[in-house]
Amino acid sequence: MHLVLFFIFGGLCVAGALNLLLQRHPINSALSLIVVMSSLAVLYLLLGAEFLAAAQVIVYSGAIMVLFTFVIMLLNAGREDRTHGSKAAYALGFPGAAILVSLLAYIFLSNSRELGSAELGAYIVSTGDLSNVLFRDLLLPFEVTSVLILVAILGAVALARKEEN
Amino acid sequence: MLVPISYYLVLSAILFSIGVAAFLIKRNIITIFMSIELMLNAVNLSFVAFAHHWHQVSGQIFVFFVMVVAAAEAAVGLAIIIAIFRTRNTLDVDKIDLMKL
Repeated sequence: MHLVLFFIFGGLCVAGALNLLLQRHPINSALSLIVVMSSLAVLYLLLGAEFLAAAQVIVYSGAIMVLFTFVIMLLNAGREDRTHGSKAAYALGFPGAAILVSLLAYIFLSNSRELGSAELGAYIVSTGDLSNVLFRDLLLPFEVTSVLILVAILGAVALARKEEN
Repeated sequence: MLVPISYYLVLSAILFSIGVAAFLIKRNIITIFMSIELMLNAVNLSFVAFAHHWHQVSGQIFVFFVMVVAAAEAAVGLAIIIAIFRTRNTLDVDKIDLMKL
């Protein structure tokens, strides 16, 4: 069951990511990124991260991707053109990514025995466990991130504001 | 039925590499920004996999902080993209190669 779900949603992740790479229109790339993020939420559930699965759907495939699609529609972004610069990127990008993935896959698969395996429901982190660490041991970093969010809001407003002169 | 942790890590490596390739190949600045988000998600998956392996909550805390920082980064980055589009009327990174207008 776990293996079947892993392969279904892992395959969906890879298919969505490849679609992001191959589509030339930004709105298609954004929609395929939503597929990737939603299937990652299911994989988080399989690994017992309940809160993160919910946060992934709400924050990533909800808030962040709405922001992306909003900007794509606001700027009326069309199909991207092939330019001279992209030839060097094609020559470097595909082999580099292939080398990276084969190297990492070799390392992970050769250490597969030491890494062990995941069982469905063997280790479930409840929101209570997470909040115990987050609000007690890591209270200061948590508050610092709230300041970071505040600065980000101010920065976004200041940058996107129309200059009046 | 058991799934080896290494499968999750290989999936994370595949997603990260696709993100790297998209970052290098794409010419639209918004799509390049989206491939950065894809790379962040891939790393988050390996964090969760290791948190499951070591039975540690801190791996998931890291993912939580990465999500918060990614949200802040997306807001500021998209505001910068809007500002770039206002001044240059293009989203093609090959045409945005000078700091000065």
